[in-house]
Amino acid sequence: MRVLRGVRRSFDKYWYGWAMAAPVVLVMLVLVGYPFVWGAYLSTTNADESNIGHDIGVNHIPPSYKSVGLHNYWDILSGNDGHFYSTLTWTLIWTFVNVFFHITIGLGLAVLLNRKIRFRGGYRLMLILPWAVPGFVAAFAWRLLYNDNGVFNSTLKFFGMHGVQWLAQPTSAKIAVIAVNVWMGVPFMMVSFLGGLQTIPRELYEAAEMDGATAWQRFRMVTLPGLRPVMMTVTLLGVIWTFNKFDVIFLVTEGGPAGTTDILVTHAYQIAFANIRQYAEAASYGVVILSMLLVFATVYRRSQAKLEVQA
Amino acid sequence: MSAATESVQSAEPGRAGRANADAASGKARYSRSTASRTRRSPLASIAIHATLIAASFIAVFPIAWVALTSLKTKDGQWAHPGDFSHLNFGNYSKVLSDTDFVTWFRNSLIVSLGTTVLAVFIAATCGYAVSRMRFPGFRATMWLLLVVQMFPIAVLIVPLYNIMSKLHLVNSFAGLVLVYCTTAVPYCAWMLKGYFDTIPIDIDEAGKVDGLSPFGTFWRLVLPLARPGLAVVAFYSFLTAWAEVAFANTFMQSTDKYTLAVGLRTFVSQFKSEWGLMTAASVMIAIPAGVMFLLVQRNLVAGLTSGSAKG
Repeated sequence: MRVLRGVRRSFDKYWYGWAMAAPVVLVMLVLVGYPFVWGAYLSTTNADESNIGHDIGVNHIPPSYKSVGLHNYWDILSGNDGHFYSTLTWTLIWTFVNVFFHITIGLGLAVLLNRKIRFRGGYRLMLILPWAVPGFVAAFAWRLLYNDNGVFNSTLKFFGMHGVQWLAQPTSAKIAVIAVNVWMGVPFMMVSFLGGLQTIPRELYEAAEMDGATAWQRFRMVTLPGLRPVMMTVTLLGVIWTFNKFDVIFLVTEGGPAGTTDILVTHAYQIAFANIRQYAEAASYGVVILSMLLVFATVYRRSQAKLEVQA
Repeated sequence: MSAATESVQSAEPGRAGRANADAASGKARYSRSTASRTRRSPLASIAIHATLIAASFIAVFPIAWVALTSLKTKDGQWAHPGDFSHLNFGNYSKVLSDTDFVTWFRNSLIVSLGTTVLAVFIAATCGYAVSRMRFPGFRATMWLLLVVQMFPIAVLIVPLYNIMSKLHLVNSFAGLVLVYCTTAVPYCAWMLKGYFDTIPIDIDEAGKVDGLSPFGTFWRLVLPLARPGLAVVAFYSFLTAWAEVAFANTFMQSTDKYTLAVGLRTFVSQFKSEWGLMTAASVMIAIPAGVMFLLVQRNLVAGLTSGSAKG
């Protein structure tokens, strides 16, 4: 009876919060949670195109895959599938390089734009523009530039050099996709930092100046600490987003040449949708990707919380 | 996390005066904090402008190049970057008259606007709930919003497809809108939570005193104050939906329901390697995103100021 009353009381007290958060939580649980649980289950089976069960006309073919335990995970983590570790290495490089350039270029431009200069509005408009361009249009635009007869090669030839088959060689293709993603990602970081810069009280700069701090010292001692909260959020989100950045790779190189630019997500997608559809293996990749990001987010937030306490 | 939120809130008494925190006051803060501190040497000014001009050029060039190429109408002229003869709008009229571009464009617009309205609404209610109300499950909700962004969505397409077909939402605009909400809402809610945190809680209390329900307070008092934040979120969800490829490819199955991203694919095989038409289509696809961008760009910085500042 008392329990019931307790439940009743907490319901009265909290139902507004629950009701307002419910639509989002519900949509997430149904459209992300359920598919994920299903995928996690599939990852312990040998499901593929041939045994998944489907309808041919009015006839329903029941699924005939069976459980294989953790075999798929063993296959991936032991390196038996022959792709995991090379793809993982490239995914880590891809993530690190991209986030590094997003943050440094974004921060640099934000600091410049935060000064009182002429045409600031115009610069800001142009610099944010790549954000407003739909991904597949941007990918197409860059493929036009990288084309064997594109602008880059014409420019090289104009200066008497040989053209490069940008997307046909592993190294240049990797540089090419990173360039595209840096181009697409900088505006978001820049705007976030611009926002963060405005929350730093001007008095701090004045005080620093009175103490005779140089511009560099002001940047290091006032700006950077002031940007810490923003930096933490955008680094966390940046890493998560870049790690799973499907569209740039998929639209610019389709993972080529020969899968060398495939990151884990696009590789998993290829497994699930190219040639023979290996649903179980793709699902295992999905679980592995999610686990790695979860570990990263937990460790990152812990370490940041510790820093905050020390500071 | 909540402790950090509180400290940021109290660290900024200036925010308490944000009673009419609209774009204008955001701008006022913007210029105040950036007033020049020391006089710059002409050399420094030149360096700053040169950097910004170079960066702006890189930001705008790929798009400008596509726009320029779209005007080249001679066969194969796109492959000659230096050739600027035959510039006219031939490609545009071909795209508009010979393809279903207009239908796809309309479909994309329906889906994107639908996503924007739904995502902003439920993200705002959820963001408000986690910003103001400490209900059991509050922490779990915050984590959910972060974790959902880590899901390798491309891998979840197959199970998601199964659910959608059970709900009879395959090949329907409503289904696509729901799916896009799962990608747009977590970040939107997360960001709006940060924005609501900066709106003084006194406002809510004033609403309560005046006899408004919590939802009434949110709807009539807090939402109007959150306009910059809402603008950013609307922009983000519109672009998410407008630029999405993978889901649209899987879920939309009849030509009359195709969105631009899907339609364009049929278009590529139809006019093999006809880049002229692709460029014209790209420009037209980029226009609504550009319009949306111009509408909100003044709010972007003010909106992200507080929004991205914490997690």
